[in-house]
Amino acid sequence: MADLENNIVLQMNHIMKIYSNGVVANEDVSLDLVKGEIHALLGENGAGKSTLMKVLFGLESPDQGEIVLNGQATTIKSPQDAISKGIGMVHQHFMLVPSLTVAENIILGVEPRKNGVFIDMDQAVSAAAEIAEKYNFDLDVKAKVEEIPVGLKQKVEILKALYRGADILILDEPTAVLTPQETEELFIQLEKLKADGHTIIFISHKLDEIKRICDRATIMRSGRSMGTYQVKDITTEEMSRLMVGRDVVLTFDDKKPAQVSDVKIQVKNLSVRNGQGVLKVDDLSFELRGGEILGVAGVEGNGQSELIDTLTGLNKHYKGVIEFKGQDIAKSSIKDIRELKVAHIPEDRMVSGCAGNLNILENMFSNQYTDSEFSGKILLKLKRITERTEELIKEYLVKCKSYKQNVGMLSGGNIQKVIVAREFSTGPDIIIANQPTRGVDVGASEFIRRRLLEFRDAGCAVLLISADLNEVFSLSDRLAAMYKGKFAGLFDDVSKVTEAELGQYMLGLKHQEEQGA
Amino acid sequence: MNSKNFELFRMLFSIVIAVLISLLVIFFLSDQPLLAIYYLLTGPFTSVRNFCNVIESMIPLIFTGTGVCIMFSANQINLATDGGFHLGGLVAATIVLQLSLPSGVNIVVALIAASVAGGLFCMIPALLKIKTEASEMVSSLMLNYLSLWFCTFILMYFLQDPSKGSASYKFPDNAELLTLISGTNVHIGLFIALIVAVLGYVFLYKTKLGYELRLTGENKDFARYSGINIVKVILLSQLIGGLIAGLGGGVEILSPIYTRFTWTSLLGYGWDAIIICTLARKNPLHTPLAALFIAYLRTGASVMARYTDVTLEIVQITQGIIILLVVAEQFLSGTRHKIIAREAKAALKEEEGVA
Repeated sequence: MADLENNIVLQMNHIMKIYSNGVVANEDVSLDLVKGEIHALLGENGAGKSTLMKVLFGLESPDQGEIVLNGQATTIKSPQDAISKGIGMVHQHFMLVPSLTVAENIILGVEPRKNGVFIDMDQAVSAAAEIAEKYNFDLDVKAKVEEIPVGLKQKVEILKALYRGADILILDEPTAVLTPQETEELFIQLEKLKADGHTIIFISHKLDEIKRICDRATIMRSGRSMGTYQVKDITTEEMSRLMVGRDVVLTFDDKKPAQVSDVKIQVKNLSVRNGQGVLKVDDLSFELRGGEILGVAGVEGNGQSELIDTLTGLNKHYKGVIEFKGQDIAKSSIKDIRELKVAHIPEDRMVSGCAGNLNILENMFSNQYTDSEFSGKILLKLKRITERTEELIKEYLVKCKSYKQNVGMLSGGNIQKVIVAREFSTGPDIIIANQPTRGVDVGASEFIRRRLLEFRDAGCAVLLISADLNEVFSLSDRLAAMYKGKFAGLFDDVSKVTEAELGQYMLGLKHQEEQGA
Repeated sequence: MNSKNFELFRMLFSIVIAVLISLLVIFFLSDQPLLAIYYLLTGPFTSVRNFCNVIESMIPLIFTGTGVCIMFSANQINLATDGGFHLGGLVAATIVLQLSLPSGVNIVVALIAASVAGGLFCMIPALLKIKTEASEMVSSLMLNYLSLWFCTFILMYFLQDPSKGSASYKFPDNAELLTLISGTNVHIGLFIALIVAVLGYVFLYKTKLGYELRLTGENKDFARYSGINIVKVILLSQLIGGLIAGLGGGVEILSPIYTRFTWTSLLGYGWDAIIICTLARKNPLHTPLAALFIAYLRTGASVMARYTDVTLEIVQITQGIIILLVVAEQFLSGTRHKIIAREAKAALKEEEGVA
């Protein structure tokens, strides 16, 4: 690394990016890349990693700072511009056309032409096959993208970038959607690309992966760079401390033993089909008592969303029986269910959790404005609502200018706090929390988790669905692994199951013979 | 300037640009451009009559503008206001012509019936949308013609004065709305319109249903999740918007401006209402101001057309450009970004100062 200085292919200096809603995503971030390295960009959700990469890939223009590519200051105006400068990006959500073949996807936009007009499909296929072979990617270029598994789709994305001549490859959380085996395969390929002289930016918040494959790591925290480190010289503990700013509390040591009371949710033989008629919840039965948290872990798409939609009344087409506090909800509207003191933290806060163009006050009361405390027969009691909103903003530590600020102008964590404040302020008996801390910074996550525990201690029944194993393990009294619409495993004692074991149930590798009651 | 009043600035700037472009067009087209521009800008003040004309023209604009503010707040691009207004006019005319009710009562009954007719009519696109998922924009556009030809049919077969061609019999004298300024057509409908605008504001921003309506309009998934019956809210929002449009039609036809029902083509108040709604930023309280602006512009243009060689249609250009600039999100977005970035940077500095 003596000639490190000479080998720098890219520098991003003092990048500042402010979004049009006033959120400062990058405050002053610098990054440099050495040719042929795998460089980790590490940080929590919302730390500004993706924004920085969008700036590099020409999707966002920075408000300050410069980009130096191969020693020359440059501006990157668009993704096309980035590609022509040898920068490729593999997005977390694939940008592929499912109905086209692998070869067609790879050449899309840079098609080989016949007579200057027609696409030369033969050449496309051979070119795609050639590049796949060159980089040792084992895949059938004539297969349709919609028919190949996720791991292969990602390879197609990488090949797409390579086909366009990318020297610098940005991978945005590439392992988030992969199984352990696919991850391993990806790593081998990345090593190969590295040996071939490609430079890779690897965005992640998984420390063990970074340890495993990266040379250097730039750590980001709330829009700032916390420095770049040689990965071999830094421990995972140090990395995590730099990432979140303090030691992370992963367990709640002060968690009291559960004091269970009567059954609050009783689900019997529940089956739900989605809009396409696919069975998503398959003959599921379980019960949940007051004073306990039932954690449901599972890979996304195994029926969790359908289960929640059905429990909360958003979906009324189901077989089986759902009872809340002994009351069948088959004929209950969403409002009726809410009146049974059911709170719901939705999976995607921007889709159904709030209205971004309305202010905090207007978002804080959507579930309780009909309460006689807050409205008369016709008019809203705006004075009382304002007082209460201000109390809730203080209590839930929502960082904002005033209650008049539009919710869309807040950061993700603060939006989630508004939602949680709204749902919890009704004094619920049942809380259905779907990914309550997804994309939320550590401070807010911990706050939300602690609230969930407080409600549990107060006798509330909590159904917690989360992709974050850490979260389900630290909070749950009982734990279920959901796989293909069933609880593949249901554990009454969380301490008797390990993460690895739970993972096997989540992937359907293991099943319990008899489901819990 | 800060980010809060930026939108206001953007709108005023749009208006200034639109007026300047219109002036430029006049400059090139007219033989006496300075005179034309003078009349366009000061026309309303050249006589009491002209000034009162501004006030009269405001009235239907406030009604339909308020109606559209409510309908659009529910995120329903319902264009049936035009037809609702027309139908309201017809119904009011029919009642004062066909029923011999006592003075006063006849007007009240006519206006209520006009309002109900407009409301039910404007609810049709929402019903179609809910039942069949038909785009309310397309169906409402078509429904306006239905309203027009239905009204023309009623006029020709039941109300027509054979000696007058396509006009109804003369309305009875006791069916005319009170004139406020004698010698002009400024009538009591102005107060009704202002009251409606205020009530529209109270409805949208202070009542439970208004809150449900705005929530549904901003994010209907969120509204549904919150337990709001969005089907009910959408239907009621279009009904209420239509009630106001229909009332506007009734008030207009019973005003001193008309002595007979003579509408045989769509009047375009539904379209004007969209301009008003855009300028008022969906807040009914701002519709009188927006209506004043449009009415002023049109009166100025008609004075100009009377005395010079520039035609009335020049205002269409002005209106078109204003709407284009106001609704074009990207217009001045660079400036907006600079303002927001500057504020964000200032906030950062402040935080550092504290820390």
